[in-house]
Amino acid sequence: MITQLLLRALDRKAVWIIAALLAVAVAVPAANLLIPAGQPGHVPTYLVTLFGKYLTYAMLALALDLVWGYCGILSLGHSAFFALGGYAMGMYLMRQIGDRGVYANPVLPDFMVFLNYKELPWFWHGFDMFWFAALMVVLVPGLLAFGFGWFAFRSRVTGVYLSIITQAMTFALLLAFFRNDLGLGGNNGLTDFKDILGFNVQAAGTRAALFAASAMALALSVLVASAIVNSKLGKVMVAVRDAESRARFLGYRVENVKLFAFVVSAVIAGIAGALYVPQVGIINPGEFAPENSIEAVIWVAVGGRGTILGPIIGAILVNAGKSFFTGALPEYWLFALGGLFVVVTLFLPKGIVGLVGQIRAGTTRRNSTALDRQSAQAESGVDVKPSPEPAE
Amino acid sequence: MTSKLGTMLYLNGVSVSFDGFKALNHLSIIVHPQEMLAIIGPNGAGKTTMMDIITGKTRPDDGEVFFDGRTDLTRLDEAQIANLGIGRKFQKPTVFESHTVWDNLELALKKPRGVFSALTYSAANDDVARIEQILETIRLAGRRGDLAAGLSHGQKQWLEIGMLLAQDPKLLLVDEPVAGMTDSETVETAKLLKEIATTRSVVVVEHDMSFVRELGARVTCLAEGTVLAEGSLDQVSQNPQVIERYLGR
Repeated sequence: MITQLLLRALDRKAVWIIAALLAVAVAVPAANLLIPAGQPGHVPTYLVTLFGKYLTYAMLALALDLVWGYCGILSLGHSAFFALGGYAMGMYLMRQIGDRGVYANPVLPDFMVFLNYKELPWFWHGFDMFWFAALMVVLVPGLLAFGFGWFAFRSRVTGVYLSIITQAMTFALLLAFFRNDLGLGGNNGLTDFKDILGFNVQAAGTRAALFAASAMALALSVLVASAIVNSKLGKVMVAVRDAESRARFLGYRVENVKLFAFVVSAVIAGIAGALYVPQVGIINPGEFAPENSIEAVIWVAVGGRGTILGPIIGAILVNAGKSFFTGALPEYWLFALGGLFVVVTLFLPKGIVGLVGQIRAGTTRRNSTALDRQSAQAESGVDVKPSPEPAE
Repeated sequence: MTSKLGTMLYLNGVSVSFDGFKALNHLSIIVHPQEMLAIIGPNGAGKTTMMDIITGKTRPDDGEVFFDGRTDLTRLDEAQIANLGIGRKFQKPTVFESHTVWDNLELALKKPRGVFSALTYSAANDDVARIEQILETIRLAGRRGDLAAGLSHGQKQWLEIGMLLAQDPKLLLVDEPVAGMTDSETVETAKLLKEIATTRSVVVVEHDMSFVRELGARVTCLAEGTVLAEGSLDQVSQNPQVIERYLGR
């Protein structure tokens, strides 16, 4: 049953994406570590980390696409799940600092000493163990999505109302995490990380390994997403997106379908956040900002929603653009982003991937009609008018 | 009112009002197993509201709604009612436009509806054979791979009827099945529905009187949320009240 599911997941497109990601997972770290600096082909460490960050964004975009593109749930709070995964990883990294902090307290992180904590808050226990932190990376976003989705989908909150309450959810978390007495570092968040699994987070080798882990996690997410959307459940998700009440009258429990997609998506987003934090070296409440969630929606829209490749391409291109603009023309980035959204909405309703598909379909159709016409002319010797084509 | 035992659908004294407007007013209707009932009536008579109540979309303020003589439908939601064996065709043809004709039928096919059974589903030979058979019945065999969005209005109506068949319900509620169909398609649809009614109960809501005549079924005329007249089409269409309120002179 499971093998069947996996076989179906590996359709041609997914195989190509996964193969490309695995190749990147090997090639980029190799180009960084094996080719000495200064020689052609060398990839500097800062670029490895930058690309690693893009890959975690791509995972977030893929997660969002699973609920928005395939199931029609426009979540404007997905960065909350990303940030929660990030915080779980950040807590592990804080505990790894040990007595190397400024205050040299072997148990309490610096900010707790500074805020006069006498002992570790209960929810920090266990985070010194990697397996526990990894479990929380999956569990915390998953449970939040389950609880939130359970109530929202059961009460049939849909469309713009759902978008607004997802936005409210991430904003509420933003405010909560800003508070010092929450015990998670308040405004400053968690930073000054030293080690991950015993390796120095700053070392080139660790950074290359984190990059490879991000690429492989993205490949795994592609596999999972592809398995879901290629199954009958994936068809039900699209059915719910396009005609929710029809699906209901066919006997499908729409709320359960949505809940499943939402939880899987939140877990993928959480893992992405956990991989993001050691690469950027900090997690703070800013990651919960509603703007971040909205930016993720733009990545998906630009790349092409309802496709597996689209969100990955969208996230990487938009963020590469952002890195370029904020470096070269910092004042214009927000204009460029806004303009991009307008252009995509007006001219590329199916995103970049959809545009490529349209061009390809256009050329084959033109070729085939041209051929038809030629052969028809050859047969009858009469000039044949092109028949009107159905609008798509 | 007679006993609900042995009925397929039993509505007794059903009332519902929206913001003071009484959409249904003590409506009582019975449908027997393997029987077809045609419902006619002017706009606003409560025909669609009645379907909404049977399928769980709207809750009645008052009255009883029983399926198969024993199941109280007023306590269940849409998905539960659909899984009991009540299929509904909407007034406006509603199919999954971005799925192929085949996938539309596969989604409707009577199978476990749970999330995980859908995730691990793969079509058995029986399922494929059943879909092929339905495709023949609804004359869309040649378009199985096309997106439903590309079908004509009449073909969408047929696809939706095909989806109802795939659901294998005991009771079909069919809202204006021939709207937008040509005369020959209308005749074919009547034939198809009559055939379905030999094994299941069918409730058809329709405005097209020639189609209702074609069906040859028992007729109920609704007006202002209550039954105006019942009987054969001839009896009903000669009823002075029906002429006054619906058919016109």
